[in-house]
Amino acid sequence: MKLVGMLLLLFGGAIAVTAIVLLRQRLEQDCFVFAGIALEILGLTLVARDYAHTPRNAG
Amino acid sequence: MSFVLCLIFILLMPLAIAGLALIHQGLGRSRSAAHTMVATLCVLAVISITFVLIGFSVAGFNGGSAHTFVLAGASWDWGGAEPLFGHGIHFDGTPAALVLCFQLVAAGLAGIIPLSTGSDRWRLVPICVSSALMAAVTFPLFAHWTWNGGWLAHLGSNFGLGAGFVDAGGSGVIQALGGLTALSIAWIIGARRGKFSEDGVAAAIPGHNIVLVLFGCLLALVGWIALNSAGAMLFYGTSIIEIPRILINTLLGASASCLGTVLTTRFRYGKPDASLIANGWIAGLVSGSAGCVFISPGAAIVIGFVAGSSVMYSVEFLELKLHIDDPGGAISVHGVAGLWGLLAAGIFGKIPSLSGSGQTLAQVIGVAALLGFILPLIHGLNLLVDRFTKQRVDADGERQGMDVRELGAGAYPEFVVHGDEFLPR
Repeated sequence: MKLVGMLLLLFGGAIAVTAIVLLRQRLEQDCFVFAGIALEILGLTLVARDYAHTPRNAG
Repeated sequence: MSFVLCLIFILLMPLAIAGLALIHQGLGRSRSAAHTMVATLCVLAVISITFVLIGFSVAGFNGGSAHTFVLAGASWDWGGAEPLFGHGIHFDGTPAALVLCFQLVAAGLAGIIPLSTGSDRWRLVPICVSSALMAAVTFPLFAHWTWNGGWLAHLGSNFGLGAGFVDAGGSGVIQALGGLTALSIAWIIGARRGKFSEDGVAAAIPGHNIVLVLFGCLLALVGWIALNSAGAMLFYGTSIIEIPRILINTLLGASASCLGTVLTTRFRYGKPDASLIANGWIAGLVSGSAGCVFISPGAAIVIGFVAGSSVMYSVEFLELKLHIDDPGGAISVHGVAGLWGLLAAGIFGKIPSLSGSGQTLAQVIGVAALLGFILPLIHGLNLLVDRFTKQRVDADGERQGMDVRELGAGAYPEFVVHGDEFLPR
Protein backbone atom coordinates (compact mmCIF):
# COMPACT_ATOMS: atom_id res chain seq x y z
CA MET A 1 0.00 0.00 0.00
CA LYS A 2 2.93 2.34 0.60
CA LEU A 3 3.90 2.08 -3.04
CA VAL A 4 0.32 2.62 -4.19
CA GLY A 5 0.07 5.65 -1.93
CA MET A 6 3.30 7.11 -3.28
CA LEU A 7 2.11 6.51 -6.86
CA LEU A 8 -1.16 8.28 -6.05
CA LEU A 9 0.84 11.24 -4.75
CA LEU A 10 2.78 11.32 -8.00
CA PHE A 11 -0.32 10.98 -10.20
CA GLY A 12 -2.13 13.66 -8.19
CA GLY A 13 0.73 16.09 -8.78
CA ALA A 14 0.81 15.17 -12.47
CA ILE A 15 -2.96 15.76 -12.83
CA ALA A 16 -2.69 19.18 -11.17
CA VAL A 17 0.11 20.26 -13.48
CA THR A 18 -1.43 18.73 -16.60
CA ALA A 19 -4.68 20.57 -15.91
CA ILE A 20 -3.09 23.99 -16.35
CA VAL A 21 -1.29 22.84 -19.51
CA LEU A 22 -4.24 21.24 -21.29
CA LEU A 23 -7.24 23.22 -20.04
CA ARG A 24 -7.98 26.86 -20.76
CA GLN A 25 -11.17 27.55 -18.77
CA ARG A 26 -10.41 28.64 -15.21
CA LEU A 27 -13.27 26.56 -13.75
CA GLU A 28 -12.04 23.40 -15.48
CA GLN A 29 -8.51 24.11 -14.29
CA ASP A 30 -9.77 24.58 -10.74
CA CYS A 31 -11.71 21.31 -10.80
CA PHE A 32 -8.83 19.23 -12.12
CA VAL A 33 -6.22 20.83 -9.88
CA PHE A 34 -8.37 20.15 -6.83
CA ALA A 35 -9.00 16.59 -8.09
CA GLY A 36 -5.22 16.19 -8.21
CA ILE A 37 -4.93 17.48 -4.65
CA ALA A 38 -7.69 15.09 -3.54
CA LEU A 39 -5.78 12.19 -5.10
CA GLU A 40 -2.65 13.31 -3.27
CA ILE A 41 -4.52 13.39 0.05
CA LEU A 42 -5.79 9.87 -0.66
CA GLY A 43 -2.23 8.74 -1.40
CA LEU A 44 -0.92 10.41 1.74
CA THR A 45 -3.65 8.73 3.78
CA LEU A 46 -2.78 5.30 2.35
CA VAL A 47 0.91 5.68 3.13
CA ALA A 48 0.21 7.05 6.60
CA ARG A 49 -2.25 4.25 7.45
CA ASP A 50 0.18 1.62 6.23
CA TYR A 51 3.00 3.00 8.35
CA ALA A 52 0.62 3.31 11.33
CA HIS A 53 -0.10 -0.40 11.09
CA THR A 54 3.54 -1.52 10.94
CA PRO A 55 4.79 -2.97 14.25
CA ARG A 56 5.46 -0.21 16.78
CA ASN A 57 8.63 0.34 18.74
CA ALA A 58 10.69 -1.43 16.11
CA GLY A 59 14.44 -1.25 16.29
CA MET B 1 17.61 46.48 -3.69
CA SER B 2 20.07 47.53 -1.02
CA PHE B 3 23.00 45.09 -1.14
CA VAL B 4 24.24 46.04 2.33
CA LEU B 5 20.83 45.80 4.02
CA CYS B 6 20.15 42.43 2.42
CA LEU B 7 23.56 41.21 3.56
CA ILE B 8 22.81 42.33 7.12
CA PHE B 9 19.54 40.39 7.06
CA ILE B 10 21.32 37.29 5.78
CA LEU B 11 23.88 37.63 8.58
CA LEU B 12 21.02 37.62 11.11
CA MET B 13 19.29 34.56 9.60
CA PRO B 14 21.36 31.97 11.53
CA LEU B 15 19.54 33.15 14.67
CA ALA B 16 16.53 31.24 13.34
CA ILE B 17 18.69 28.12 13.20
CA ALA B 18 19.97 28.75 16.73
CA GLY B 19 16.41 29.20 17.98
CA LEU B 20 15.17 26.00 16.36
CA ALA B 21 18.19 24.08 17.69
CA LEU B 22 17.34 25.14 21.26
CA ILE B 23 13.70 24.20 20.71
CA HIS B 24 14.59 20.77 19.33
CA GLN B 25 16.94 19.82 22.12
CA GLY B 26 14.63 21.17 24.81
CA LEU B 27 11.64 19.20 23.54
CA GLY B 28 13.66 15.97 23.46
CA ARG B 29 14.84 13.89 26.39
CA SER B 30 17.78 14.96 28.57
CA ARG B 31 19.61 11.77 27.60
CA SER B 32 19.75 12.94 23.95
CA ALA B 33 20.27 16.70 24.42
CA ALA B 34 23.95 16.85 23.47
CA HIS B 35 23.33 14.52 20.54
CA THR B 36 20.68 16.86 19.14
CA MET B 37 23.01 19.87 19.33
CA VAL B 38 25.92 17.94 17.83
CA ALA B 39 23.60 16.68 15.08
CA THR B 40 22.57 20.29 14.40
CA LEU B 41 26.21 21.31 13.91
CA CYS B 42 26.92 18.24 11.76
CA VAL B 43 23.85 18.92 9.61
CA LEU B 44 24.93 22.53 9.08
CA ALA B 45 28.46 21.40 8.21
CA VAL B 46 27.31 18.74 5.76
CA ILE B 47 24.70 21.00 4.15
CA SER B 48 27.09 23.94 3.79
CA ILE B 49 29.69 21.89 1.95
CA THR B 50 27.20 19.88 -0.14
CA PHE B 51 25.16 22.90 -1.14
CA VAL B 52 28.15 24.96 -2.28
CA LEU B 53 29.70 22.02 -4.17
CA ILE B 54 26.56 20.48 -5.71
CA GLY B 55 23.27 22.03 -4.57
CA PHE B 56 23.90 25.54 -5.89
CA SER B 57 24.40 24.26 -9.41
CA VAL B 58 20.84 22.82 -9.27
CA ALA B 59 19.30 25.73 -7.36
CA GLY B 60 20.99 28.40 -9.46
CA PHE B 61 19.82 32.00 -9.41
CA ASN B 62 17.37 34.11 -11.35
CA GLY B 63 18.88 34.88 -14.74
CA GLY B 64 21.50 32.14 -14.52
CA SER B 65 21.75 29.06 -16.76
CA ALA B 66 19.01 26.46 -16.46
CA HIS B 67 17.75 23.14 -17.84
CA THR B 68 14.54 23.70 -19.80
CA PHE B 69 12.21 21.91 -22.17
CA VAL B 70 9.32 23.20 -24.24
CA LEU B 71 5.84 21.76 -23.71
CA ALA B 72 2.49 23.15 -24.85
CA GLY B 73 4.21 26.26 -26.15
CA ALA B 74 5.69 27.13 -22.79
CA SER B 75 9.27 26.85 -21.57
CA TRP B 76 9.55 24.61 -18.49
CA ASP B 77 12.57 25.45 -16.39
CA TRP B 78 13.07 22.44 -14.10
CA GLY B 79 16.59 22.89 -12.74
CA GLY B 80 19.59 25.17 -12.59
CA ALA B 81 22.60 24.44 -14.80
CA GLU B 82 25.38 26.27 -12.98
CA PRO B 83 28.83 24.64 -12.94
CA LEU B 84 29.47 22.14 -10.15
CA PHE B 85 31.88 22.58 -7.23
CA GLY B 86 31.18 26.29 -6.86
CA HIS B 87 32.72 27.33 -10.18
CA GLY B 88 29.59 29.31 -11.06
CA ILE B 89 29.91 31.61 -8.07
CA HIS B 90 31.33 35.08 -8.59
CA PHE B 91 31.74 37.47 -5.70
CA ASP B 92 31.45 40.61 -7.79
CA GLY B 93 28.75 42.50 -5.95
CA THR B 94 25.87 41.02 -7.98
CA PRO B 95 22.79 39.59 -6.23
CA ALA B 96 23.85 36.06 -7.29
CA ALA B 97 26.38 35.94 -4.46
CA LEU B 98 23.68 37.06 -2.00
CA VAL B 99 21.31 34.42 -3.39
CA LEU B 100 23.96 31.78 -2.68
CA CYS B 101 24.44 33.05 0.89
CA PHE B 102 20.68 33.18 1.50
CA GLN B 103 20.05 29.71 0.11
CA LEU B 104 22.98 28.30 2.07
CA VAL B 105 21.46 29.41 5.38
CA ALA B 106 17.95 28.48 4.18
CA ALA B 107 19.11 24.95 3.33
CA GLY B 108 20.64 24.68 6.80
CA LEU B 109 17.37 25.77 8.37
CA ALA B 110 15.40 23.21 6.34
CA GLY B 111 17.97 20.54 7.19
CA ILE B 112 17.69 20.83 10.96
CA ILE B 113 13.88 20.58 11.01
CA PRO B 114 13.77 16.73 10.80
CA LEU B 115 16.15 16.49 13.80
CA SER B 116 13.23 17.40 16.01
CA THR B 117 11.18 14.47 14.74
CA GLY B 118 14.05 11.99 14.89
CA SER B 119 14.98 13.01 18.43
CA ASP B 120 16.11 10.18 20.76
CA ARG B 121 16.48 7.51 18.04
CA TRP B 122 17.92 8.88 14.76
CA ARG B 123 21.60 7.95 14.31
CA LEU B 124 24.24 10.54 13.44
CA VAL B 125 25.61 8.89 10.27
CA PRO B 126 22.24 8.60 8.49
CA ILE B 127 21.40 12.11 9.70
CA CYS B 128 24.45 13.40 7.81
CA VAL B 129 23.73 11.31 4.69
CA SER B 130 20.07 12.33 4.63
CA SER B 131 21.04 16.00 5.06
CA ALA B 132 23.55 15.76 2.23
CA LEU B 133 20.84 14.42 -0.07
CA MET B 134 18.53 17.24 0.94
CA ALA B 135 21.22 19.84 0.21
CA ALA B 136 22.16 18.23 -3.10
CA VAL B 137 18.77 17.24 -4.51
CA THR B 138 15.45 18.10 -2.88
CA PHE B 139 16.08 21.59 -1.50
CA PRO B 140 17.88 22.96 -4.59
CA LEU B 141 15.26 21.52 -6.91
CA PHE B 142 12.30 23.14 -5.15
CA ALA B 143 14.28 26.34 -4.48
CA HIS B 144 14.95 26.62 -8.22
CA TRP B 145 11.33 25.98 -9.12
CA THR B 146 10.13 28.67 -6.70
CA TRP B 147 12.79 31.33 -6.27
CA ASN B 148 15.18 31.13 -9.17
CA GLY B 149 13.01 31.38 -12.27
CA GLY B 150 11.75 27.79 -12.29
CA TRP B 151 8.47 26.54 -13.73
CA LEU B 152 6.46 27.32 -10.58
CA ALA B 153 7.68 30.91 -10.56
CA HIS B 154 6.63 31.22 -14.22
CA LEU B 155 3.07 29.95 -13.76
CA GLY B 156 1.97 33.57 -14.08
CA SER B 157 3.79 34.46 -17.30
CA ASN B 158 3.21 31.05 -18.94
CA PHE B 159 -0.36 30.26 -17.86
CA GLY B 160 -1.81 33.52 -16.55
CA LEU B 161 -1.95 32.37 -12.94
CA GLY B 162 -1.41 35.59 -11.01
CA ALA B 163 2.26 36.30 -10.38
CA GLY B 164 3.09 32.60 -10.37
CA PHE B 165 3.84 30.59 -7.25
CA VAL B 166 5.17 32.95 -4.57
CA ASP B 167 6.99 32.12 -1.36
CA ALA B 168 8.89 35.15 -0.09
CA GLY B 169 10.16 33.81 3.23
CA GLY B 170 10.22 30.10 2.53
CA SER B 171 7.00 28.65 3.97
CA GLY B 172 7.26 26.03 1.23
CA VAL B 173 10.90 25.91 0.16
CA ILE B 174 12.28 25.82 3.71
CA GLN B 175 9.52 24.94 6.16
CA ALA B 176 7.16 22.59 4.32
CA LEU B 177 10.11 20.84 2.69
CA GLY B 178 11.72 20.35 6.11
CA GLY B 179 8.39 19.24 7.57
CA LEU B 180 7.81 16.68 4.81
CA THR B 181 11.34 15.36 5.30
CA ALA B 182 10.50 15.05 9.00
CA LEU B 183 7.37 13.08 8.08
CA SER B 184 9.41 10.72 5.94
CA ILE B 185 11.92 10.21 8.76
CA ALA B 186 9.11 9.60 11.27
CA TRP B 187 7.65 6.92 8.99
CA ILE B 188 10.99 5.19 8.50
CA ILE B 189 12.38 5.18 12.03
CA GLY B 190 9.07 4.63 13.82
CA ALA B 191 8.10 5.67 17.32
CA ARG B 192 10.32 5.83 20.41
CA ARG B 193 10.17 2.76 22.60
CA GLY B 194 7.53 3.25 25.23
CA LYS B 195 5.67 5.91 23.26
CA PHE B 196 2.80 3.63 22.27
CA SER B 197 1.48 0.69 24.24
CA GLU B 198 0.56 -2.56 22.49
CA ASP B 199 -3.05 -1.41 22.17
CA GLY B 200 -1.96 1.88 20.58
CA VAL B 201 -2.40 4.24 23.53
CA ALA B 202 0.11 7.08 23.37
CA ALA B 203 2.19 7.98 26.42
CA ALA B 204 3.26 11.58 27.05
CA ILE B 205 7.04 11.98 27.00
CA PRO B 206 7.57 15.63 27.96
CA GLY B 207 10.53 17.71 26.83
CA HIS B 208 13.34 18.16 29.35
CA ASN B 209 13.97 21.92 29.24
CA ILE B 210 11.04 24.16 28.43
CA VAL B 211 12.94 27.34 29.38
CA LEU B 212 15.43 26.80 26.57
CA VAL B 213 12.55 26.00 24.24
CA LEU B 214 10.84 29.31 24.98
CA PHE B 215 14.11 31.24 24.73
CA GLY B 216 14.61 29.54 21.35
CA CYS B 217 11.26 31.01 20.24
CA LEU B 218 12.47 34.55 21.00
CA LEU B 219 15.75 33.94 19.21
CA ALA B 220 13.91 32.51 16.21
CA LEU B 221 11.77 35.65 15.90
CA VAL B 222 14.83 37.79 15.10
CA GLY B 223 16.11 35.23 12.61
CA TRP B 224 12.68 34.96 10.99
CA ILE B 225 12.30 38.72 10.46
CA ALA B 226 15.71 38.66 8.78
CA LEU B 227 14.78 35.57 6.74
CA ASN B 228 11.51 37.07 5.47
CA SER B 229 13.11 40.43 4.71
CA ALA B 230 16.08 38.96 2.85
CA GLY B 231 13.88 36.55 0.87
CA ALA B 232 11.45 39.29 -0.15
CA MET B 233 14.30 41.60 -1.20
CA LEU B 234 16.18 38.96 -3.17
CA PHE B 235 13.38 37.16 -4.97
CA TYR B 236 10.57 39.74 -5.23
CA GLY B 237 12.49 42.99 -5.45
CA THR B 238 11.08 44.39 -2.22
CA SER B 239 12.42 47.85 -1.49
CA ILE B 240 13.66 49.14 1.84
CA ILE B 241 10.40 51.02 2.53
CA GLU B 242 8.49 47.69 2.66
CA ILE B 243 10.71 46.20 5.39
CA PRO B 244 8.64 47.65 8.30
CA ARG B 245 5.59 45.85 6.84
CA ILE B 246 7.51 42.54 6.89
CA LEU B 247 8.61 43.13 10.47
CA ILE B 248 5.08 43.99 11.61
CA ASN B 249 3.48 41.08 9.74
CA THR B 250 6.03 38.57 11.05
CA LEU B 251 5.55 39.70 14.64
CA LEU B 252 1.74 39.86 14.36
CA GLY B 253 1.58 36.40 12.80
CA ALA B 254 3.65 34.86 15.60
CA SER B 255 1.67 36.75 18.25
CA ALA B 256 -1.74 35.73 16.92
CA SER B 257 -0.59 32.16 16.55
CA CYS B 258 0.80 32.10 20.09
CA LEU B 259 -2.47 33.45 21.51
CA GLY B 260 -4.44 30.99 19.36
CA THR B 261 -2.50 28.11 20.91
CA VAL B 262 -2.89 29.58 24.41
CA LEU B 263 -6.66 29.68 23.94
CA THR B 264 -7.06 26.23 22.36
CA THR B 265 -4.84 24.50 24.93
CA ARG B 266 -6.54 26.42 27.76
CA PHE B 267 -9.97 25.20 26.63
CA ARG B 268 -8.75 21.70 25.83
CA TYR B 269 -6.54 20.91 28.84
CA GLY B 270 -7.68 23.49 31.41
CA LYS B 271 -4.27 25.22 31.37
CA PRO B 272 -2.10 26.63 28.60
CA ASP B 273 0.51 24.08 27.51
CA ALA B 274 4.04 25.54 27.37
CA SER B 275 5.50 23.22 24.72
CA LEU B 276 2.47 23.61 22.45
CA ILE B 277 2.61 27.39 22.88
CA ALA B 278 6.22 27.28 21.69
CA ASN B 279 5.03 25.21 18.74
CA GLY B 280 2.27 27.74 18.11
CA TRP B 281 4.74 30.64 18.10
CA ILE B 282 6.91 28.94 15.49
CA ALA B 283 3.85 27.87 13.46
CA GLY B 284 2.87 31.56 13.29
CA LEU B 285 6.32 32.49 12.01
CA VAL B 286 6.21 29.63 9.50
CA SER B 287 2.75 30.37 8.13
CA GLY B 288 3.41 34.09 7.72
CA SER B 289 6.64 33.68 5.77
CA ALA B 290 5.25 33.01 2.28
CA GLY B 291 3.18 36.17 2.02
CA CYS B 292 5.05 38.35 4.53
CA VAL B 293 5.38 41.28 2.13
CA PHE B 294 2.11 40.82 0.25
CA ILE B 295 -0.42 40.69 3.09
CA SER B 296 -1.96 43.32 5.35
CA PRO B 297 -1.37 43.28 9.12
CA GLY B 298 -4.98 42.13 9.62
CA ALA B 299 -4.44 39.18 7.30
CA ALA B 300 -1.21 38.33 9.15
CA ILE B 301 -3.22 38.09 12.36
CA VAL B 302 -5.83 35.82 10.74
CA ILE B 303 -3.20 33.56 9.13
CA GLY B 304 -1.27 33.30 12.39
CA PHE B 305 -4.38 32.65 14.48
CA VAL B 306 -5.49 29.81 12.20
CA ALA B 307 -2.00 28.30 12.30
CA GLY B 308 -1.76 28.52 16.08
CA SER B 309 -5.26 27.23 16.73
CA SER B 310 -4.71 24.21 14.50
CA VAL B 311 -1.30 23.19 15.83
CA MET B 312 -2.68 21.32 18.83
CA TYR B 313 -5.23 19.44 16.71
CA SER B 314 -2.61 18.58 14.11
CA VAL B 315 -0.21 17.26 16.77
CA GLU B 316 -2.99 15.19 18.33
CA PHE B 317 -4.17 13.85 14.97
CA LEU B 318 -0.69 12.73 13.95
CA GLU B 319 -0.02 11.12 17.32
CA LEU B 320 -3.36 9.56 18.19
CA LYS B 321 -4.76 8.67 14.75
CA LEU B 322 -1.68 8.05 12.64
CA HIS B 323 0.64 6.89 15.48
CA ILE B 324 3.41 9.19 14.33
CA ASP B 325 5.86 9.99 17.12
CA ASP B 326 7.07 13.55 16.54
CA PRO B 327 8.71 14.74 19.81
CA GLY B 328 9.11 18.36 18.70
CA GLY B 329 5.97 18.61 16.59
CA ALA B 330 8.00 19.50 13.50
CA ILE B 331 5.57 17.90 11.04
CA SER B 332 2.70 20.03 12.32
CA VAL B 333 4.70 23.19 12.95
CA HIS B 334 6.75 23.25 9.77
CA GLY B 335 4.89 20.93 7.40
CA VAL B 336 1.21 21.66 8.04
CA ALA B 337 1.68 25.34 8.94
CA GLY B 338 4.03 25.77 5.97
CA LEU B 339 1.46 24.41 3.53
CA TRP B 340 -1.21 26.60 5.14
CA GLY B 341 1.08 29.62 4.74
CA LEU B 342 1.48 28.93 1.03
CA LEU B 343 -2.28 28.75 0.50
CA ALA B 344 -2.89 31.77 2.73
CA ALA B 345 -0.47 33.87 0.66
CA GLY B 346 -2.72 33.19 -2.34
CA ILE B 347 -5.95 33.81 -0.46
CA PHE B 348 -4.98 36.97 1.45
CA GLY B 349 -2.04 38.33 -0.54
CA LYS B 350 -2.28 41.37 -2.79
CA ILE B 351 0.39 40.34 -5.24
CA PRO B 352 0.97 42.59 -8.24
CA SER B 353 0.54 40.64 -11.49
CA LEU B 354 -0.48 41.11 -15.12
CA SER B 355 -3.37 38.64 -15.06
CA GLY B 356 -4.75 39.76 -11.71
CA SER B 357 -6.40 36.42 -10.97
CA GLY B 358 -5.42 32.81 -10.44
CA GLN B 359 -2.96 33.50 -7.62
CA THR B 360 -4.66 31.04 -5.28
CA LEU B 361 -4.58 28.37 -8.00
CA ALA B 362 -0.85 29.00 -8.50
CA GLN B 363 -0.33 28.48 -4.77
CA VAL B 364 -2.38 25.25 -4.85
CA ILE B 365 -0.24 23.95 -7.72
CA GLY B 366 2.86 24.74 -5.68
CA VAL B 367 1.44 22.70 -2.80
CA ALA B 368 0.55 19.90 -5.26
CA ALA B 369 4.14 19.91 -6.55
CA LEU B 370 5.50 19.68 -3.01
CA LEU B 371 3.26 16.75 -2.09
CA GLY B 372 3.25 15.02 -5.47
CA PHE B 373 6.83 15.36 -6.66
CA ILE B 374 9.05 16.39 -3.76
CA LEU B 375 7.61 14.16 -0.99
CA PRO B 376 7.98 10.89 -3.00
CA LEU B 377 11.51 11.98 -3.93
CA ILE B 378 12.37 12.74 -0.30
CA HIS B 379 10.91 9.45 0.90
CA GLY B 380 12.58 7.40 -1.84
CA LEU B 381 15.97 8.90 -1.00
CA ASN B 382 15.50 8.34 2.73
CA LEU B 383 14.45 4.72 2.16
CA LEU B 384 17.60 4.28 0.07
CA VAL B 385 19.71 5.64 2.93
CA ASP B 386 17.96 3.24 5.30
CA ARG B 387 18.90 0.30 3.08
CA PHE B 388 22.59 1.12 3.33
CA THR B 389 22.78 2.32 6.91
CA LYS B 390 19.96 1.81 9.40
CA GLN B 391 18.55 5.18 10.33
CA ARG B 392 17.30 4.06 13.73
CA VAL B 393 19.51 3.23 16.67
CA ASP B 394 19.11 -0.27 18.14
CA ALA B 395 17.02 -0.95 21.25
CA ASP B 396 20.01 -0.94 23.58
CA GLY B 397 21.22 2.38 22.24
CA GLU B 398 17.81 3.92 22.71
CA ARG B 399 17.70 2.72 26.30
CA GLN B 400 21.14 4.21 27.00
CA GLY B 401 20.23 7.47 25.30
CA MET B 402 21.79 8.92 22.17
CA ASP B 403 24.32 10.98 24.14
CA VAL B 404 25.99 8.00 25.76
CA ARG B 405 25.53 5.72 22.77
CA GLU B 406 26.88 7.96 20.04
CA LEU B 407 28.92 10.59 21.89
CA GLY B 408 30.16 8.62 24.89
CA ALA B 409 28.93 11.11 27.51
CA GLY B 410 25.69 12.77 28.53
CA ALA B 411 24.81 16.46 28.33
CA TYR B 412 24.15 16.70 32.08
CA PRO B 413 26.52 14.23 33.78
CA GLU B 414 25.68 15.35 37.33
CA PHE B 415 21.93 15.03 36.96
CA VAL B 416 19.73 11.97 37.14
CA VAL B 417 16.39 13.54 36.47
CA HIS B 418 14.43 11.03 34.46
CA GLY B 419 12.72 7.80 35.34
CA ASP B 420 13.51 4.81 33.17
CA GLU B 421 10.34 3.86 31.34
CA PHE B 422 12.02 0.66 30.13
CA LEU B 423 12.08 -0.81 33.62
CA PRO B 424 8.91 -2.60 34.79
CA ARG B 425 7.04 -0.72 37.51
